[in-house]
Amino acid sequence: MTPQLFYEDVEVGQELPPLVKRPTTQQLVQYAGASGDFYQIHYDKDFALQNNLPGVIIHGALKNAWLGQLVTDWIGEHGTLRKLSCQYRAMDVPGDTLTCKGVVTRKYVENGQCLVECDIWLENGKGERTTPGSATVALPSRATS
Amino acid sequence: MTTPPIITEEMRRSIGVPGPALTTEIERGAVRRFAQAMGDPNPLFSDEAAARKSRYGGSIAPPTFLRSIASHALDLPFLTDLPNLLDGGSQWEYGEPVRPGDSITAVTTLVELSERRGRLGAMLVSINETTYTNQLKELVAVQRSTLIRY
Repeated sequence: MTPQLFYEDVEVGQELPPLVKRPTTQQLVQYAGASGDFYQIHYDKDFALQNNLPGVIIHGALKNAWLGQLVTDWIGEHGTLRKLSCQYRAMDVPGDTLTCKGVVTRKYVENGQCLVECDIWLENGKGERTTPGSATVALPSRATS
Repeated sequence: MTTPPIITEEMRRSIGVPGPALTTEIERGAVRRFAQAMGDPNPLFSDEAAARKSRYGGSIAPPTFLRSIASHALDLPFLTDLPNLLDGGSQWEYGEPVRPGDSITAVTTLVELSERRGRLGAMLVSINETTYTNQLKELVAVQRSTLIRY
């Protein structure tokens, strides 16, 4: 089990451990059921092609979920996710290998909370950043533990 | 020939007006299925025994789980002729965690509206702000979603 991350362990420029996803069309069906988003572009290939898409595409919200996991995996049980955002700039497709990555951009103490900001993003199999985003987390401090 | 603007005065009047509240009971199975569907094995989301030993005292929902509950987060408070919807992205701010057994109420307000013409033709770009509160009236999350209709 990964040891708990503390505020003092983090440096600006540090990379988050990457998270790799290899989505299948089955996973998109599972996600459609779990999220209630039944838009056909995510599982009906004919429908997707008729709508000028290359094939079925991944729900933007699922990419948002994975970027959330990138951060929650990193901060551990005692870290707290304060903000999470992303933009769906380009489509991603099942069958591709997608990697969630992040880098620390800022650390600061505010109102007694030790906060860390990160740039996060999803890269497709070609290394293109399809889904840029950011996150702000509160981390425990060794000084007060 | 000039093309008429998509945004009417009636549409503009709905900016800043909170929409109807929608309330959902958070089910343990729904949280677990959501975590499984996204492929996140974090025991805080799906292992009640492990989660009980954590600082949360029980399982909690993954941060984007609120996408699955009833809300008007992706809706407009008026009708348009534009049939296609693209989700542009969401910004989340978090308060209290969401737990199975909670009752979460979502209220959506249209906060920004603009129109553009581009590769997809005429586009209506809107930003919705959805506030989620629990049964104790505590703030659970605020979500700003950008939506593109074309």
